[in-house]
Amino acid sequence: MKLVIAIVRPDRANDVLEALYRAEVRGVSMSRVQGHGGELERVETYRGTTVKMGLAEKVRFEIAVSEEFVQPTIDALCEGARTGEVGDGKIFVVALERAVRIRTGETDHGAVTPVST
Amino acid sequence: MTDAASLVAAGQVNAGDTAWMLAATALVLLMTPALGLFYAGLVRSKNTLNTFMMCVAALAVATVMWALVGYSLAFDEGNGFVGGLGHAFLQGVTFEPRDGTTIPHLLFMAFQATFCIVTVALVSGAVVERMRFAPFLVFAALWSVLVYAVLAHWAFGGGWLQEKGTLDFAGGIPVEMGSGFSALAAALVVGTRKDYGRQALLPHNAVYVLLGAGLLWFGWFGFNGGSGFSTGNSGVLAFTNTLLTPACTLVVWFALDLMRGRQVTAIGAATAIIVGCVGITPAGGFISPGWAMVLGAIAALPSYAIIVWRPRTRVDETLDVLAAHGVAGLTGILFIGFFAQLSWNGVSNSLVYGDAGQLGLQALAVLVTPAYAFVATFVILRVIGLVMPLRATEREESLGMDIVQHGEEAYVTGEGAILVTTDAGRGSEVAPVADSP
Repeated sequence: MKLVIAIVRPDRANDVLEALYRAEVRGVSMSRVQGHGGELERVETYRGTTVKMGLAEKVRFEIAVSEEFVQPTIDALCEGARTGEVGDGKIFVVALERAVRIRTGETDHGAVTPVST
Repeated sequence: MTDAASLVAAGQVNAGDTAWMLAATALVLLMTPALGLFYAGLVRSKNTLNTFMMCVAALAVATVMWALVGYSLAFDEGNGFVGGLGHAFLQGVTFEPRDGTTIPHLLFMAFQATFCIVTVALVSGAVVERMRFAPFLVFAALWSVLVYAVLAHWAFGGGWLQEKGTLDFAGGIPVEMGSGFSALAAALVVGTRKDYGRQALLPHNAVYVLLGAGLLWFGWFGFNGGSGFSTGNSGVLAFTNTLLTPACTLVVWFALDLMRGRQVTAIGAATAIIVGCVGITPAGGFISPGWAMVLGAIAALPSYAIIVWRPRTRVDETLDVLAAHGVAGLTGILFIGFFAQLSWNGVSNSLVYGDAGQLGLQALAVLVTPAYAFVATFVILRVIGLVMPLRATEREESLGMDIVQHGEEAYVTGEGAILVTTDAGRGSEVAPVADSP
């Protein structure tokens, strides 16, 4: 069981969701974050004030998956988020100790496997 | 009425009329930033400023072009197609009353300028979220002269449609059909947004849309109410109809929304206000309040149908200028041909009141105006496209036009922003960071 965290461009978020859906990865959280990953800083001017924007808008995906889904999830994230330019983002995979589905009390593998409805 | 007529005949300026027209001019000018707000709410947040700035661009470019040549080509005597250059650079536009009115010529020019500005701004709705700002500035300059001024001449400036007797009270021909059918051409030349048809491209702030629509309605009282150029009957009639017609459009739009999706939508309501105001624009001073209410109800139908149908096509006429302005304006122009009433307007009857010929004249405008607007806009944009790229690259479109074209963001947080130049910060100490507990 792993937690896959991906930081991607906001304008690729829809493509990522689409790729995850096609890879049959269900159960995704998404949040807006600001970050910096080595891309060129944007210069913006507001009246007399010129600033370098050190942080760029990014979207952070958090996806808890069972072992067999780790690689498909990473592949889908790369496919959806890649533009080939600096600033495409990163994927982090971390070990997950426990997972509990609140509604049923199922744990671990059962909790991260989507309910077939 | 006889007093007004004698004043016109005597070539005198009337204080009451002038006072109202000064106010009406300011009201119409407000419509352009109001449109900016309306449009900005309808686009994605990363394109808010660019969309608004296209309306601001119209305030700049269209006003300058109007003063240089646009006003003259629209309102100077010329031939049936276009006016002359007698008033170019505002020559001869002074405090003397404009022929046929009791207001100073200078004020007449300013009032008409605000119409040209808002019409240029309207067309931008077709190309937002992907057209570059520089070619839009060039387009605004050329379009305001080659399309708006020409159509205004046809309808108001003594051009061939007006000579024949086609009725257009406040701009169904140059403003509404002119912008709507030009928007269709502009959308086709500039092309679809890269995500169009692939992703849901949703309005980012419905409150802006409602507030923009409300301010547009407010400004429209000057637009229609001022188009009689006096405080006389036709202006009062158009002013009142500007209240009645959009209200009826709203009610019918609610009903259509309920039938289609079981819920009344806010953005639908904002759209209905625009459609109603557009519908009454050509007809305001020519039809009775009762018929104005009927027009409001009828005008909702074709515009609603097109707004539902258009997004299913490959035509990314992004903010539906064709449906809200072109088609609603066309409806209003034709409506005059059926229901204009001499006892209310003192000018002409229509089919229902025994003058079928008027309907023919209205139908003529409905055929030629869209054709001219569409073809001329198509050619203008193709020519500009030869000189400079019309649209942003796909990468720029992804980033959003605000950052790419203006170097600003609408909803900037300032977190992580590093000062590059400021006088205030020079030599001062670094701001203390809050102590950690």
